[in-house]
Amino acid sequence: MEIFIQTLAKAIALGSIYAIMGLSFVLIFKGTQVLNFAAGAISMAGALFMSILIADRGFPFLPFTNPLAPADGETAGVALWIVHLMIALILAAILGLILERVAIRPMVGQPLFSMAVITLGLEIAIRPFNLDATAITGRSVGVPWGTESWELAGAIIPKSYVAAIIAAAIAFTGVYFFYRSRFGVAMRAVAFDQEAAMAQGINVGRVFAIAWGLGAALAALGAIFFAMAPWPPAGTVSLEIHPIWIFRVLPVIILGGLDSVAGAVAGGLLIAIFEIFAGQYLSQWTNILGPGYSTIVPYIVMLVVLLVRPYGLFGTEEIRRV
Amino acid sequence: MLNISNLEVVYNEVILVLRGLSIEVPDGQIVALLGSNGAGKTTTSRAITGLLDNHEGKPTKGTVTWQGNDITHAKPSEIVKSGIAQVMEGRRCFGELTVDENLATGAFTNKSGQKKQYDLVMDLFPRLAERRKQLAGYMSGGEQQMLAIGRALMAEPKLLIMDEPSLGLAPLLVQQVRDVIKEINAAGMSVLLIEQNAMMALSIADYGYILENGKVVMDGDGQKLLADDDVKEFYLGLHQGDEEDSGRKSFKDVKHYKRRKKWAS
Repeated sequence: MEIFIQTLAKAIALGSIYAIMGLSFVLIFKGTQVLNFAAGAISMAGALFMSILIADRGFPFLPFTNPLAPADGETAGVALWIVHLMIALILAAILGLILERVAIRPMVGQPLFSMAVITLGLEIAIRPFNLDATAITGRSVGVPWGTESWELAGAIIPKSYVAAIIAAAIAFTGVYFFYRSRFGVAMRAVAFDQEAAMAQGINVGRVFAIAWGLGAALAALGAIFFAMAPWPPAGTVSLEIHPIWIFRVLPVIILGGLDSVAGAVAGGLLIAIFEIFAGQYLSQWTNILGPGYSTIVPYIVMLVVLLVRPYGLFGTEEIRRV
Repeated sequence: MLNISNLEVVYNEVILVLRGLSIEVPDGQIVALLGSNGAGKTTTSRAITGLLDNHEGKPTKGTVTWQGNDITHAKPSEIVKSGIAQVMEGRRCFGELTVDENLATGAFTNKSGQKKQYDLVMDLFPRLAERRKQLAGYMSGGEQQMLAIGRALMAEPKLLIMDEPSLGLAPLLVQQVRDVIKEINAAGMSVLLIEQNAMMALSIADYGYILENGKVVMDGDGQKLLADDDVKEFYLGLHQGDEEDSGRKSFKDVKHYKRRKKWAS
């Protein structure tokens, strides 16, 4: 029973992180119709920003140090940590804006395939910066609660799990209300029919920028919470989350539907449940793959979804009157 | 007042679509722009609203001026802000958005007047008021046309460009659209009505232009055009002559040089 509760908590927490990443994809896809393959590198950069701010106390190439950062050997309190989180997210959003401005905006109106390949190129271009910074030493994101955990009916539930769930809930609520706001409606209009949206006076460039800014911030949020203990056991930003990160989120958004906010959350939770439970229980019955089941099961689910419901659980089927 | 003078538009750097078009839309009037397929009607509306870029088109010569300002190369959002809204050809409602959200997109440049215009649109189209929360994609063609008109009105325009508002609508609905245009115009808005349905357009237009191959070949008062023999023959499908054989006429017998000569004079 303890094992079950523990597994469930782990699955929901991982699902929350997947959901945040999924929301990042959905925002960018919905706004610009581009599947953002650079999300992995952007999210990693976001986690790095966080680490640089709070652990290094300032950027190495800038003359000033971060005045807010906790002193050497101390960890920040929760409130201070959240302030740092916000700054890191803003930096990630700025990175997203720059990438959009430099690489995506000139491609407006070009085939979507070219844009998708450009994002793939961005991923590869940003990677070395991240790798240099993380491959040598694992970097801490300075979590105030460290590796502490609560106990629930004998099961051990790390505080990081709960934090991830709260973060996902906030992200979901934020995106949900954003979609009903003036810019959110404009974004959906642009996604549906770019020219008609322009004819209404909507500035398509600004909508693209907002989509990329918010998408990048969400991606960073996902990576920061993924960099906490006990995901990588040491609780660091490390190499291992990065290279395959984007491909771990792919089943999530395909299951949920590429353009659905609710789908990103449902897809994230479901895929994580499949993944964690397969890793925990399937390996006890058969020994062919051992813990490797957790890697494979999400992709099997993805294949089945693509065959049965190509638009995902919540994705919009094309609306057309006949 | 909207003034287009000697406008030339080229698509893909080679295809010359408008060849020195000049039209004028005075304040408070309905001006009809008629022409057959490929005459350049839609290109004209794109040129005014700055949407040529999306179709690889460019104005190469001539100017579009709106209330004294040159807007030939202005951005679509600036043009909407300056008071020109359009109802696009084929309605182009946002199918995945509700009626309310569609209307909200129309008011994107007009945040302060949104409430006022919303009430106005709901008064004008009671049908939309019943369907506020419905997805636009599931509505009938007529309702979508009303939504498209309502959406354009949300921007509180001084000039409304309507591209084929009667396209694909039943005759009764065409009547309704016609009445709406008159009502909008009576409230002080100028309308540039781009149509293939010449009868409908000319019956309400103060002035009309007939476009062929990117040029104005004929213009005049709506009533005058409606009475013109050539317009009757080529756009209204009515014709005189050969009365003896029950009014049927083969297109084989249409003498093209005849309209040439007449319009040239």
